[in-house]
Amino acid sequence: MTEIFGVPTQALFGQLLIGLINGSFYALLSLGLAVIFGLLNIINFTHGAQYMMGAFAAYFLLNKLGLNYWWALVLAPLAVGATGVIIERLMLSRLYKLDHLYGLLLTFGLALIIQGAFRHEYGSAGLPYSIPEILSGGTNLGFMFLPKYRAWVIVASLVVCVGTWLVIERTKLGAYLRAATENPAMVQAFGVNVPRMITLTYGFGVALAGLAGVMAAPIYQVNPLMGADTIIVVFAVVVIGGMGSIMGAVITGFGLGVIEGLTKVFYPEASNTVIFVIMAIVLMIRPQGLFGSR
Amino acid sequence: MIFKRKLLAAAAMLALSAGAQAQISGNVVKIGVLNDQSSLYADLSGQGSVLAAKMAIEDFGAAKKGIKTEVIFADHQNKADVGSQIANKWYDAEGVDVIVDTPNSGVALAVNQITKDKKKAFLVSGAATADLSGKACSPNTLHWTYDTWMLANGTGNAIVKTGGDSWFFLTADYAFGHALERDTEAVVLKTGGKVLGKVRHPLNTQDFSSFLLQAQASKAKIVGLANAGGDTTNAIKQASEFGIVKGGQNLAGLLVFLTDVHALGLEKAQGLIFTESWYWDLNDDSRAWTKRFAAANGGKYPTMVHAGVYSAVLHYLKAVEATKSDDGTKVIAEMKKLPTDDPLFGKGTVRADGRKVHPAYLVEVKKPSESKGPYDYYKVRATIPADQAFRPMAEGGCPLVAAK
Repeated sequence: MTEIFGVPTQALFGQLLIGLINGSFYALLSLGLAVIFGLLNIINFTHGAQYMMGAFAAYFLLNKLGLNYWWALVLAPLAVGATGVIIERLMLSRLYKLDHLYGLLLTFGLALIIQGAFRHEYGSAGLPYSIPEILSGGTNLGFMFLPKYRAWVIVASLVVCVGTWLVIERTKLGAYLRAATENPAMVQAFGVNVPRMITLTYGFGVALAGLAGVMAAPIYQVNPLMGADTIIVVFAVVVIGGMGSIMGAVITGFGLGVIEGLTKVFYPEASNTVIFVIMAIVLMIRPQGLFGSR
Repeated sequence: MIFKRKLLAAAAMLALSAGAQAQISGNVVKIGVLNDQSSLYADLSGQGSVLAAKMAIEDFGAAKKGIKTEVIFADHQNKADVGSQIANKWYDAEGVDVIVDTPNSGVALAVNQITKDKKKAFLVSGAATADLSGKACSPNTLHWTYDTWMLANGTGNAIVKTGGDSWFFLTADYAFGHALERDTEAVVLKTGGKVLGKVRHPLNTQDFSSFLLQAQASKAKIVGLANAGGDTTNAIKQASEFGIVKGGQNLAGLLVFLTDVHALGLEKAQGLIFTESWYWDLNDDSRAWTKRFAAANGGKYPTMVHAGVYSAVLHYLKAVEATKSDDGTKVIAEMKKLPTDDPLFGKGTVRADGRKVHPAYLVEVKKPSESKGPYDYYKVRATIPADQAFRPMAEGGCPLVAAK
């Protein structure tokens, strides 16, 4: 068998694919963060908690209302997005005139409160959630066994990421949004309801986190801490990609997933630090991030 | 300054010791529960251990016997430096006499050393590494509930005997995982099996797919999970997704707690075989105790770690009563002398190397159809008698024993 650096190529293909799957989650989450930062200038530290809420929403829908995964895929992001709208209206909207740091502090505090409340109620060991019947099982690709569910995660997240990018970069609505971040007063003068648009944007970003949570529920634990563990990596992804750059967030998300996957083969002990090492290097060479402007 | 004076006084007292009237420092026996309150080990220890310690005090009847007690707790966040800092502060500034529980072997080894230096007492229930009664043993530490040797011996033996003779390890990359892997590997090799490979993953890993692919490629019959808590449940959940078991390989959870089975659900956990030193449904006494525990714990049932904390604190208080002192070294020595007896672990002993011995149970997780009620999860397949459940004292390399 051919080998690269002592690792059989077959195993390598497998790991590349795994990396892409994990990258899908990073991409989905960092996409939401990038949208929110790009348009609201808020560093949304609650994102991890909102991702966790998505997973919990899926669990509740199944166990309390008997609604399956596919319903959860639609309803959970809506529910989580709605909580986002409330947070934006009640609290975040008061901070836009202040320094970034205040938004960061508020969202960080909220994240701690939400996670604490869930942990108090449901413990930290997590709750079970099964893969939907139709997506269980998998196919043998020759070089690896690919669970159907993971394949679905890659496809779904690619569709969502590209869709979001198209909406923001290529539609009229997106143009309004981008204009409103440049000069809200001017856009308002043209008769566009800017505050409402910003509220909905935050809600959308948060809903993306909720969606990622639903997709994660069947493969990771539904656990109050699942967001806290992931969000730090996702922030590193956003920093590497360049704050606010949507394409940057998506590409970096997938790319870093792959790099992390490969680290797990060559030097597993470093697999949870490799992203931060890359972040440090990027910040030294290109402080605005790989895809950032300014 | 005050602390230094106290230390001097204590040293002087020790020097005069024999005839001198022993006393309880600060007139209160202060018990510090140091464990994971917020992360992957919080359900198997956490607040449940605080509750268990309080139940022990109540059942001992400390108040009636005129012994004042106080229980405090803190979160070590699974970081050895945080745990050390808390232990130092507790011993030096807050008058804590004994630290209990402390899952996470890395933290436990650090607290073990601090406790020894300060001549206090440390009762370990949650941490697993067998080194605590081996090369790191101390006259101030007792290892109560279970250890890596016990787990390896119970589970490893049973699995190799039923044909699982080639292994691949997924190991949590810190003191505990290393110890569990080492002890299990020793059992596998001794019984004629072989180890085809191993991979070390960071503590608290979300995604195990890369590691599972490596395990799959190794073609080992058994994938041994030398990890715990959330790491184990994640690995098991994802192994089923990647068709590990369907492909003819079997999983061996080397350390699985009741809370992990609860988190996985019986559907995913059924058939797992592992070793525990206590289960709530063992007998009438354990069931009665569990009823009280669950009522005060929001309906959540106790793990063996909780039971161990209860049993250890109860025995500690008996020793305090007997010596009329809360001096760490003295009380631990007394605890080794007194035979143990409590409703959960029955009669037992504490060895000179600090190892508490009692039987261990090889259990199998029930099928969903076999489970009759909440937390009815295990079938006990075999009981390993106390004298065989733990590593023989001579093999541990504990300097306390060698000196004798």
